[in-house]
Amino acid sequence: MKPHLRSLLGIEQLTTGQIEAIVALARRMDPSRPSQLLHGKRVALLFYESSTRTRTSFEFAAKTLGATTTLVTPVSSSIEKGESLIDTGWTVAALGADAIVMRHANSGAVYLLARYVQVPIVNAGDGMHQHPSQALLDALTITNHKKKLNGLRVVIVGDVYHSRVARSNAELLSRFGADIVFAGPPDFVPEISATIAPGVTACHDLNIALQGADVVMALRVQKERLAGKDIRIEDYIANYQITPQRMKLAKPDAILMHPGPVIRGMELTSEAADSFQSCIHEQVRNGVKTRMAILAMLLGAAH
Amino acid sequence: MKDMDSLLIVRGRVVDPASGVDQEMDVLLRDGRVAAVATPGKLRGQAKRTFNAKGCIVTPGFIDLHVHLREPGQSHKETIATGTAAAAAGGFTSVCAMPNTVPVNDSAEITRWMQAPERGALVNVFPIAAATVGSLGEKLTNFAALKKAGAVAVTDDGKPILDDRVMRGALRAASGLKVPVVQHAEDTRMTVNCSMNLGATSFRLGLHGMSNAAEASIVERDIALARATRGHLHVAHLSTREALEAVRRAKKTRLRVTVEVTPHHITLVDKNVGDFNTHCKMNPPLRSAADRDALIAGILDRTIDAIATDHAPHAFHEKQVEFERAAFGITGLETALPIAITVLHLHFKVPLWRIVELLSSNPAKIFSLKGRGTLAKGAHADVTIFDPGKKWTFDATQSHSKSKNTPFDGWSFTGRVVATIVDGKMVYEV
Repeated sequence: MKPHLRSLLGIEQLTTGQIEAIVALARRMDPSRPSQLLHGKRVALLFYESSTRTRTSFEFAAKTLGATTTLVTPVSSSIEKGESLIDTGWTVAALGADAIVMRHANSGAVYLLARYVQVPIVNAGDGMHQHPSQALLDALTITNHKKKLNGLRVVIVGDVYHSRVARSNAELLSRFGADIVFAGPPDFVPEISATIAPGVTACHDLNIALQGADVVMALRVQKERLAGKDIRIEDYIANYQITPQRMKLAKPDAILMHPGPVIRGMELTSEAADSFQSCIHEQVRNGVKTRMAILAMLLGAAH
Repeated sequence: MKDMDSLLIVRGRVVDPASGVDQEMDVLLRDGRVAAVATPGKLRGQAKRTFNAKGCIVTPGFIDLHVHLREPGQSHKETIATGTAAAAAGGFTSVCAMPNTVPVNDSAEITRWMQAPERGALVNVFPIAAATVGSLGEKLTNFAALKKAGAVAVTDDGKPILDDRVMRGALRAASGLKVPVVQHAEDTRMTVNCSMNLGATSFRLGLHGMSNAAEASIVERDIALARATRGHLHVAHLSTREALEAVRRAKKTRLRVTVEVTPHHITLVDKNVGDFNTHCKMNPPLRSAADRDALIAGILDRTIDAIATDHAPHAFHEKQVEFERAAFGITGLETALPIAITVLHLHFKVPLWRIVELLSSNPAKIFSLKGRGTLAKGAHADVTIFDPGKKWTFDATQSHSKSKNTPFDGWSFTGRVVATIVDGKMVYEV
């Protein structure tokens, strides 16, 4: 199937077929074999927020397919001078960008851009809202290890409230019938978080949440956010840090994931991060493959 | 006897709750006053001009207790002339203008400036002055001087008075002058960085949400202070079921507490924010369906006294930005009656006389606007004539307001203003 996809803004507006198609195409992509699939295409990387992994991943993905890329950041550009997002988007499109990959600190910024700018937009993370390419690469990673998503118990641990990764993953996994458990302290996992999609529950006891888990996904926990919610670091670590001992509560073949950047000693220990169950490096590799698939599809070169 | 400055409105159904009238009557306006209301035909030949209101409702002019006219200082959003033109088109013959202008209206000078003929107002403008100097929430303004200059109430709208001592002082000072203190009830310490209602939608969109408690806690505190001071508290644009319940309880103890709701809070809910529609961003935010239903119940059981629009015009460039950076507020003057008819009257079966109470007679009482909110003989000749059955589609580009920031663009409504008369003069006619 060849789904028509104009922009990738969030998981919510993707059809199940489109999600399957992107993951299937990503599986076939090989970053070690450059191609000219997107030869002559220009991809603008509009990054209002700092990012290493996602930006480099999109850049390598575009270049591996033969496209050229340019990076636009607020520092030393018109953005610094007060240009609006819409005007920056128009300018980048008028300069000849065939697609815009955007990272922005405000939730929903990509929707604004897509409403006014007529080139395909890829959401590389908007505020606390969505990070669809991350959820797609996570789906690829999970399905590499588990036969299907349906019926899996996926535990997402940490600062769910501030996490666009948690929101995108919950929406995607729910679509395929997985059971998703958000685990963390009440300020990070408010009861309302369970309303995001069918099959999602909120749990404040990690030891209960982990029982029978097929996938454990740890989220980055920032010290400032703990401080902002009056949560003591020691308490967080004692109750919610992922350790090899805690991983034993999950199924023996459970995998451990993390979207990065990993803060060792905070949300997980080095022993857990480097264990045989850890798929963290594989996620990064799958990131390039998935973003190759996304760009190929949006730029109409998928086949 | 014919008079140059006279108008006879014939064949309309007069709905005037303040006089207890709801039947077909003719209304004679002369020299800026209501000269007579009589059975059809009786006043024939007494006026220079006759307006045929067949099939229409004739009511005392609507009074909006809560508008932002943006002058002085923000005339790129609205001017007193354009804002009152929108008011006239919406059937409002009087509007009460909030003080969050630039500079803040905390003085008799600005209060008078806003009412000067040079502003080109099409309808009556009653300023609501700032309750504290610069609306900084610290030092009370001179209520007596402001009242003398024409202010009808005091408020720090948008910058609610959080300090208990200052709010107590405001209510006490206002009670002696029989001036209401209007409070935008929001504990802003609890709503930092928030851009919509707290709920499933705010979580899904990744936006920080305002809790119902941030509104209810201030309303409860203010009611306690009103009890202590015997001052008149008017709760602006109430939006939560908890705050409504607090007002309901207070009214049972015969406290002088009045409350307004907006047309949008009885029509839309937080889900309508959809995918970051900045035309659904206002403060207080659109709430849950349970809150919306509670407001409807509050209208039906008469806890709610008035409908006020919180007309808050903003330029395109202030709304066409990231949701969290967009200005709070929507325009509302031209869609208030259509919403009242379509939502309240036709859907929730609120009788027409009750709608007139909410839009005219109650607002006049709340802000003590003498001779308004009624068509009794001798009252100001402020009249609104509307067709309750007229189906039409609202087109924001045709709005009389300078700004077009409304979530109701393209909505189909029943009920439309046909004519608006201020001091006996036709200021709007379809």
